[in-house]
Amino acid sequence: MDTIILYMVAGACLAWSFLKNRQKTRTALKKAFKAFEAILPPFLVVLVLVSIVLAVLDGPTISLILGKDSGFRGVLIASLVGAITLIPGFVAFPAAAALLQGGAGATQIAAFVSSLMMVGVVTLPLEIQFFGKRVAILRNVLAYGFSLIVAVFVGWVVSL
Amino acid sequence: MKFLVRRYRAVLAAAGLFVLFLFVLPGYQTKAIEIIGFQAKIILLVIPPTFVLLGLLDVWVPREQMIRFMGPGSGLKGGTLAFFLGSFAAGPLYAAFPVAAILMKKGAGFTNILIFIGAWSTTKIPMFLFENAALGSRFAFSRLAIDIPGIVLIAMAIKTLVPETEIERLYAKAEKMN
Repeated sequence: MDTIILYMVAGACLAWSFLKNRQKTRTALKKAFKAFEAILPPFLVVLVLVSIVLAVLDGPTISLILGKDSGFRGVLIASLVGAITLIPGFVAFPAAAALLQGGAGATQIAAFVSSLMMVGVVTLPLEIQFFGKRVAILRNVLAYGFSLIVAVFVGWVVSL
Repeated sequence: MKFLVRRYRAVLAAAGLFVLFLFVLPGYQTKAIEIIGFQAKIILLVIPPTFVLLGLLDVWVPREQMIRFMGPGSGLKGGTLAFFLGSFAAGPLYAAFPVAAILMKKGAGFTNILIFIGAWSTTKIPMFLFENAALGSRFAFSRLAIDIPGIVLIAMAIKTLVPETEIERLYAKAEKMN
């Protein structure tokens, strides 16, 4: 259902773009393909590794570490993994969906997704180059704290 | 061909590992194949339209014009533009830092730059559509709903907590970058 919406949005935008300017549309599609090709290799690697890990971790184990009843400890683990790792969203979302199916809680997965996107421990040195130590560290600390709030909120909405 | 092999070296290694895994631990065969299939299905279904959107955004969003209205004191309008500029972006967060330096050079206000960084990190529109398809609309919409005020609050908090001299230093540094 949500995938259909995605196709409808993309299709409508593409049709509009094509009617307005064919040359620009062609450039856009070329860029789209290039961007796709660029992320494909790391993407496939993570896909395989995640599948192996998830196959070994059975439902009860996932539930124990990241399930609804793992509580704050699960949120903490998920958010720390998210803050430290550098996984593109295109890889993280399918993996997160697989984890949810395998018994992880929405709160824990939201903590992972949010800190993955907003906090970047690995890229901190780069961020410091552009924003200085004060701003970069402050931004990451605030973003991490905020991710915990996001987790609680998203977990609550999903459970409604 | 050589280029392809080098580019996909890690993929080949991972694929080899996967086959090895299936043979060494046959007990996990069904489950491993099921999970890789589940993820591959999401990816194959969702990635093509997402990337088409990314390409279209890249070509059609008038970045230069937007930056002009993002100066300090541009208020709600500047903040909204900064938010959309970040949300229309493509690429990982670390790709946003050089763009932020360009924004500083062009005179965007610091709060707006922080809003731009926040939006780039977590409310990108194609990613939102992808998240919506993979994790469900409750998950994606509630995360978006809390992220919007969160991004603004974090930006305002940083602006308040960091001394003016440090911000001036960052602008001077950005001026020297190219």
